[in-house]
Amino acid sequence: MTTTDLYETHEYDVVIVGAGGAGLRAAIESRAKGLSTAVVTKSLLGKAHTVMAEGGVAAALGNVYEEDNWKTHFRDTMRGGKMLNNWRMAQLHAQESADRVRELEEWGALFDRTKDGLILQRDFGGHRYARLAHIGDRTGLELIRTLQQKAVADGIEVFMETKVLRLVQDTDGVVSGVVAYRRPTGEFVVFKAKSVILATGGVGKSWMYTSNSWEGTGDGHAMALWAGADLIDMECVQFHPTGMVWPLSVRGILVTEGVRGDGGVLRNSEGQRFMFDYIPPMFQAETADSEDEADRWYDDHTAGRRPPELLPRDEVARSINSEVKAGRGSPHGGVFLDIASRRSAEDIRRRLPSMYHQFKELAGVDITAEPMEVGPTCHYIMGGVRVEADTTQTTRAGLFAAGEVAGGMHGSNRLGGNSLSDLIVFGRRAGIGASEYAEGRSGNFTLDEGQITGAIEAALAPFARESGENPYEIHQDLQATMQSLVGIIRTGPELEEALVKIEELEDRATRIAVKGGQQYNPGWNLTTDLPAMLTVSKCTALGALERKESRGGQTRDDYPKPDPEMGKVNFVERISSSEVEIGAGGNPSVRSITVTPEPIPQMPDELRALLEEAV
Amino acid sequence: MSMSSEETTSRAPDATAPQARPESQGEVVMNLWRGDAEGGEFVEYVMPAQEGEVVLDVIHRVQATAAPDLACRWNCKAGKCGSCSAEINGKPSLMCMTRMDTLPVGEPVTVAPMRAFPIIRDLVTDVSYNYEVAKRIPAFTPRPKTNDEMKVGGYRMAQIDVERSQEMRKCIECFLCQDVCHVIRDHEENKTAYAGPRFFARSAELEMHPLDTIDRREILQQEQGLGKCNITKCCTEVCPEHIKITDNAIIPLKERVVDASYDPIAWLGRKIRRRVKGTVAEAAAAAPAQGPAAVQPPPPAAPAHGIPAPDGFAPVAAQPDSQD
Amino acid sequence: MGAPLPAEGAEQTVTPVVLGGARGGPSVPTLRKDRYWVQPVVTAAVLASFVVYASWAAFVNKNYFVGASANRDLISPFYSPCLATSCVPGSHIGPSISWWTLSPALLILIFPLGFRMTCYYYRKAYYRAFWLAPPACAVSDAHGSYSGETRFPLIFQNVHRYFFYFGLIFNVILTYDAFASFRWLGDGTGISVGTVVLFVNATLLWLYSLSCHACRHLCGGGVKQFSKAPVRYRLWKALTPLNGKHMLFAWMSLCFVAFTDLYIRLVASGAIHDYGIHF
Repeated sequence: MTTTDLYETHEYDVVIVGAGGAGLRAAIESRAKGLSTAVVTKSLLGKAHTVMAEGGVAAALGNVYEEDNWKTHFRDTMRGGKMLNNWRMAQLHAQESADRVRELEEWGALFDRTKDGLILQRDFGGHRYARLAHIGDRTGLELIRTLQQKAVADGIEVFMETKVLRLVQDTDGVVSGVVAYRRPTGEFVVFKAKSVILATGGVGKSWMYTSNSWEGTGDGHAMALWAGADLIDMECVQFHPTGMVWPLSVRGILVTEGVRGDGGVLRNSEGQRFMFDYIPPMFQAETADSEDEADRWYDDHTAGRRPPELLPRDEVARSINSEVKAGRGSPHGGVFLDIASRRSAEDIRRRLPSMYHQFKELAGVDITAEPMEVGPTCHYIMGGVRVEADTTQTTRAGLFAAGEVAGGMHGSNRLGGNSLSDLIVFGRRAGIGASEYAEGRSGNFTLDEGQITGAIEAALAPFARESGENPYEIHQDLQATMQSLVGIIRTGPELEEALVKIEELEDRATRIAVKGGQQYNPGWNLTTDLPAMLTVSKCTALGALERKESRGGQTRDDYPKPDPEMGKVNFVERISSSEVEIGAGGNPSVRSITVTPEPIPQMPDELRALLEEAV
Repeated sequence: MSMSSEETTSRAPDATAPQARPESQGEVVMNLWRGDAEGGEFVEYVMPAQEGEVVLDVIHRVQATAAPDLACRWNCKAGKCGSCSAEINGKPSLMCMTRMDTLPVGEPVTVAPMRAFPIIRDLVTDVSYNYEVAKRIPAFTPRPKTNDEMKVGGYRMAQIDVERSQEMRKCIECFLCQDVCHVIRDHEENKTAYAGPRFFARSAELEMHPLDTIDRREILQQEQGLGKCNITKCCTEVCPEHIKITDNAIIPLKERVVDASYDPIAWLGRKIRRRVKGTVAEAAAAAPAQGPAAVQPPPPAAPAHGIPAPDGFAPVAAQPDSQD
Repeated sequence: MGAPLPAEGAEQTVTPVVLGGARGGPSVPTLRKDRYWVQPVVTAAVLASFVVYASWAAFVNKNYFVGASANRDLISPFYSPCLATSCVPGSHIGPSISWWTLSPALLILIFPLGFRMTCYYYRKAYYRAFWLAPPACAVSDAHGSYSGETRFPLIFQNVHRYFFYFGLIFNVILTYDAFASFRWLGDGTGISVGTVVLFVNATLLWLYSLSCHACRHLCGGGVKQFSKAPVRYRLWKALTPLNGKHMLFAWMSLCFVAFTDLYIRLVASGAIHDYGIHF
């Protein structure tokens, strides 16, 4: 470690930004290869957003249905993503997730068991077979705790509460480190590394109602873009159909899909099970058309077709939205999710313990006696940093990305359970890819000092202003803008309006004044989050404007149908690094992002054949 | 989704349209600790009361208006990450799971940082003690897979064998149990030789883990200060995950230590049983470390399971030289 | 403070826990505003009352047995088994200890007393209520230094399971006493209020013993893999809900054992009549 007046410097072979599932899995792999590895996380170890995953991790283990295999999983993933997926990522994911799940067990994870003592798997939307390995409804916690404990045992260094501000390149333009600050002291720290892995998660905190924790500020997406890497399909954002809507303070907190899987139904203010009115032609053959038939399915899957409440997430979210728009919503702007009238109180408490407690403790609602009010909540971004499937290398040398920050794997819509498996499959591959890159990097390199001091000066600038904008207000205004103009249903004029507003907010962000000192100052921390949030919000709006069709996580009211031509392209957003303007206050301000449709990679015929097999 | 296109012109709001904050319903008085290692004091903030809020919501409103630099650690605001631990009206609690309407109406709400850990600033404490203790717990060390398990790919474990450990694995590491434990809260010198309730739960989880092969009882007794716990059950009282830490982790561990160190009858019983029956499995089941099978170390990093070699870490149990 | 987990260097190192650092919040014993002191006060009051009553009852050495005077065998649980030669006629059982001249209760009470003193629930109760370590959660404890149960004498709490074994013997004897109280001297069988009292007392003592943490451990809790020990698993599974009510059974059995002694004492002294039905 070396220290200058402005910052201290640490050197590693591989530096990983983010300590969620993907970051920790990458670190374990890179450490296993004998490389010095550090994980830099803006939270404490074990608190990452991964802990909030509930349902399970999708892997074709074949423990419940022997017929299940990676080919079916691949097919389900591609169809769920409306064919916008990177086929190679979907293939690797389907092929490797089973081994990655078993590996967790070798590291101490305790999944629920089948009668034969193997890992139990549960049904979920879009998966043909029961495929989700799980531990009750806290699978994400199990995953992160297992990886955390493995990482501790392996001696991986974790820099906690250290927020990365910017990627740093060497004098040849290769990504060679990051500049960060330690929240507890406010001191700056530079990590010099032969390769850098982004595992920073999602972007949900730019929306007002989101299931994401505060960490979902799109740091990795924005830093990659600023460093000249490509982003793809940033318009594809998943809104989970059932988030809590009341009280307002908990609006957005997730209500698991398991409520509907266990018999819960959606009703409007007239008491009608409205989902029967919203069955799209594509799913008519496999969806029940009467309440009687749907109700038979719960007990015996052969006695009827699936209830329409279990359509894919994008369909259900849009239907709820339409009901509310038509004036048939619940008092607080959602619809009713009713399980109380359909299952016994004892059953509900046994099968949905955390939902029971969540409503009881946070909303004062007894879900065994009254219906829940639910509405769509911003949940996941399918788009992200463009990566090479096998190595997770981005379009920028030295930079790798895995997990939610990486794009391509899920196409335009993610299936439940595929996110946790994504983390461990591509976390490992990122660890390997970055290690090999680091090993192959020869000779000394020098960090671009200007980038470091530039980032530090930008971060410190708000302290110099006597008065100025309040970062919390800018954040709230951004959330309101994204919620109302770049929400679940989008239109061209609204997206254009959003872009204007975001640029106004970017201007305001350059005039923020921060009160207090550098030590654990949340106002300052939010100020350092804002440039990333503004950049990714802009990317989403720009992508949404260009993709003139409705597909998965992108719904355009002015283009309500999928366009086959648009289904063949990724919308790629990039800037050349020289175009990163440093705004008046020193914050990155991206004025000229280009959006280019580029053909998605063509899959080989043998994989294409898998997709065309009958259901 | 063709239905929605007709409705685009409707003026009705989206299901996800932002809603105005509800009418204020009186005031709440918050007494928040402001300060750092140099000292501090309670500062009063009066905020409009709003329906259905938790303590963390009010803190956020204080930050957004009166005190933008008020330090407060939080992440998920849904009771799942365990970051926002503090002492609300003197009780160690999660700020995100404490509803304002459960606190006495009309009285100021006091929020102070966790008492057992050094303060960083305001409501944020330095919890690194816990992460140091975590490193001292011998890592999970599984038994090798059987031939059958090699064939099916995964270990076989019955549901009844994993449930006890699963309860401990619900832990969200909020460290409220560590905070409330008087052994370190009131006697800091014990921190050097006391793991605390969270890590007794972790050791219990491993002791009861059907695959783990390490006998942790001596370490618990000698190094982790299990005997210092006087089972006054405050850890169980404050656990937001309702884990029965005392009854299901600490007391079972104390009893296991009694088996190993304070119970000549149990010791004699094991000796006799081993000699007479020679059933290794039963001995291992009754007393994890006494059966020869139980002390068998895991194989060297076996490509067959894909377990990478543990690197740079020496578990406390003796490892053969081949283990590297 | 956000320092990296291990010290510099790639290898895992265990850095010592750093003590010191200022604590947050004011330096007061507690910030709690609720009536946290009620529970320790009630606990202390009930336990102290029991100790006073039990000591008196044990030393007073009379009115512990209802024999021929009321035509039935009722013996106070404080005096059963009555092992001394000096036991009142009819109450004696087992070896006759002639050198013991004090109250026969004092010969045996060490066992139930030890069982309760080392009980995991009572430890919590009296550490809080009498030793104030701590008086309540998040309230400062009253001691300058603290070593818990690691040294003499508290290290002897670890012998709880032996007292549990002895407790089982006492339970058998008290159950025998309950059955014996069906016998109406010289007159066949019958049932009286005293019979019921002894039965309830024995039942509560069994529940208290069976819900004991050591019992739960010995019956199955010590097993690592339940699927390999199905019988012990079933035992453990059955005892676990009882164990959850250990505190309840501890208080119920404690109060009832004192009541049983009082009832028999009142009958034996002639203060009340033990009503019953003679078959």
